[in-house]
Amino acid sequence: MNYLNNIDVRTVKVLEQSEFPSKSQPKNKLIENAEELIRGLGLKDNAVVSFHHHLRNGDKVLNTIMKEIQRTGVKGLTLVASSLFPVHAEIIPLLQDGTIENIVTSYISGDLAKAISYGELKGNIIMQTHGGRARSILNGEIEIDVAFIASPSADKYGNISGVNGPNSCGTLGYVIADSIKAKTVVSVTDCLVDYPNYPADITEDYVDYVLLIDSIGRKEGIVSGTTKVTKDPIGLKIAKDTLKVMEATGLLKDGLSYQSGAGGISLAVTAFLRDYMIENNIKGSFASGGITGYLTNMLEEGLFSSLFDVQCFDLEAIESLKRNPNHIRMSASQYGNSEVSAVVDNLDIVILGATEIDTNFNVNVTTGADGVLMGGSGGHADTAAGSKVSIIVSKLFSSRIPLIKDRVDVITTPGTTVDVLVTERGICVNPLRTDLIEAFKKAKLDIIDIKDLKAYSESIMGKPEPIEKTDRIIGLSQYRDGRIIDYIYQVKK
Amino acid sequence: MNYRSLLFIPGNNPGMLQSSDILGADGIIIDLEDAVALTEKDAARILVREYLTTFEPRKGVFIRINPLDSPYFYDDLDVIKDLKITGIVLPKAGVEPMTKLEEYLDEHDLDLEVIPLVETAMGLETALEIVQVSDRIIGLFLGAEDLTLDLGAKRTKESKEIEYARSRIIAAAKAFGIQAFDTPFTDTDDIEGLRIDTKNAKDLGMTGKTAISPRHVDEINKAFSPTEEEIDYALRVVEGVKAANEKGLGAFSLDGKMIDAPIIKRALNLLKTSGDYKEEYDELLK
Repeated sequence: MNYLNNIDVRTVKVLEQSEFPSKSQPKNKLIENAEELIRGLGLKDNAVVSFHHHLRNGDKVLNTIMKEIQRTGVKGLTLVASSLFPVHAEIIPLLQDGTIENIVTSYISGDLAKAISYGELKGNIIMQTHGGRARSILNGEIEIDVAFIASPSADKYGNISGVNGPNSCGTLGYVIADSIKAKTVVSVTDCLVDYPNYPADITEDYVDYVLLIDSIGRKEGIVSGTTKVTKDPIGLKIAKDTLKVMEATGLLKDGLSYQSGAGGISLAVTAFLRDYMIENNIKGSFASGGITGYLTNMLEEGLFSSLFDVQCFDLEAIESLKRNPNHIRMSASQYGNSEVSAVVDNLDIVILGATEIDTNFNVNVTTGADGVLMGGSGGHADTAAGSKVSIIVSKLFSSRIPLIKDRVDVITTPGTTVDVLVTERGICVNPLRTDLIEAFKKAKLDIIDIKDLKAYSESIMGKPEPIEKTDRIIGLSQYRDGRIIDYIYQVKK
Repeated sequence: MNYRSLLFIPGNNPGMLQSSDILGADGIIIDLEDAVALTEKDAARILVREYLTTFEPRKGVFIRINPLDSPYFYDDLDVIKDLKITGIVLPKAGVEPMTKLEEYLDEHDLDLEVIPLVETAMGLETALEIVQVSDRIIGLFLGAEDLTLDLGAKRTKESKEIEYARSRIIAAAKAFGIQAFDTPFTDTDDIEGLRIDTKNAKDLGMTGKTAISPRHVDEINKAFSPTEEEIDYALRVVEGVKAANEKGLGAFSLDGKMIDAPIIKRALNLLKTSGDYKEEYDELLK
């Protein structure tokens, strides 16, 4: 807005003494009755409501609020949830009665995912990445009417903190975009604390209402006590070989930036990396993503100078976030938004999993071997794209089902951004990365063509039967920049 | 071949069998005995047979059959006799079990290696006689858990109670130029304990160690791998032998020490273990 241009300031009206403002008062935002709040919001048919998943499988907020909305009789809602877990199966009836028509998420598992795969969602499901979700909210592609923010603690003016309260979950990185852009922002909490609540992940200036309910979650479903490295010998072999791969890239040196998941093999890679960094006196720059106790220990040991944390995976991570200033909160946008400067673009190495990978290195972490939704990108496609080297770690077979296919069921992460595959029976390098192939040869690291590894695995396990699907498209796999990279089909029961 | 590590793979675990060739052990012992419950014996035999006929066999595959005093001794042998394996681990080894096994192998003309597992007081005290039953024996394997039970000794991590047994097995093995395999370290999570236990065994003269956990394999291999200094010395011995042979000398000295056949043999064994052995060395001792 050209605020002062073309305005003749002499014509501007100045307040009369009688019109001068009185002293301002704190806004009354606190509501203790969910029904009253929901009725008061006046949601219309086809409204867009959003939730975050920091309470993971312990979340009670989404179910509570959506059932309350159902009672108002509005239909055709779009549910924008950063992730959906088995606990959210309670909202399946809302799909069936048309309360929820579309879903936008970055990860979905459990019976709700199955119901959608079997066609029970009237509209469509859009599977985004974490960075893509933030991008689409911040740039207005998705307009949220009401963001319901599960808040481990809040004061009555809406300062929300994820590290305080009985259901603390750590950072609230996935919901920052919602809090900035939603037309109405509601903090939903079971822990009302004295003003001011600090450190605040979301401050009062972004929050319109504070709803106090009995319980926002079940602690044991929110974070694990301590995440642990796998003891599985195959997983450990893969992790050891992955360290060799990382060494051969030449990136294991001072200034290293690194991300891995919290799965058993990924954690084992991190554990081996720690030993390697100590042995070789390497001081890394940062580690990022979902943060575990392993990474906070490495921060304490000086192996990384900082951690960028979008989500705390265990209690140790939450404790570290509270006390260590170098353990930094990160929003999903800062993490992986492709339209802004993002942390993933400064990553050296990322370690990722895969449900399926194909001979073009496309990765599926969205659907399972039966074609049913059971996951989603999360930060998979964001980090694969941003990192200098993306490494997929996976067993060659899982319950007798081969990892490598001619074509994955659903492309979550395009093969053009996937660099290396490490399995227990061989390391494959994307032919696009001639530099890595050369470096691995120099390091005398055996590599195998992914087609040969596929042939080997099929010689042992056979080729799986194709998944039976209908012609109906139930959703889209959306790349981080908003473009669509694959269809998701309804599965035959 | 010298085995630094021999890893037990339960014969009734398809996942472990399928992955047994990539766990880093020099050899594996597929177990049909203690790891397999009585009700699973038949199933395990079928599974092991399927595995060994489906997958390309690796080197160094041994099968621990059930002991002679069980009803499964001959059933096990009948099922595995035509499989492409390296050899057999004989549990509760004694002169009689070894003799019966030898008779079976002779009768079926089987070219298999044998590792007697010494785990009884009688077996320990007759170790020298056991070794003399068969040329197929490539090493003696001390089983400390059953042995200490038989001895009425308390089994401890410090393993002082098996020092005598270790030494006796080592002496019997060395007397016949075969390997001495140490008992597994049973605390799968205690890698530091494993390190100490393996060092103790090696210092006494054990040449390899068995493992019940794949996570122990790397430590064992490391402990029984020659150091760079040892490899350098062995290579110098080999060069010395070559030079002496060229000059027609029977013996020579290195660093002021006479080098004789046992030292040369040890050097050659060490180079085999380190992977520095060359075919031409075969001629050195002839």
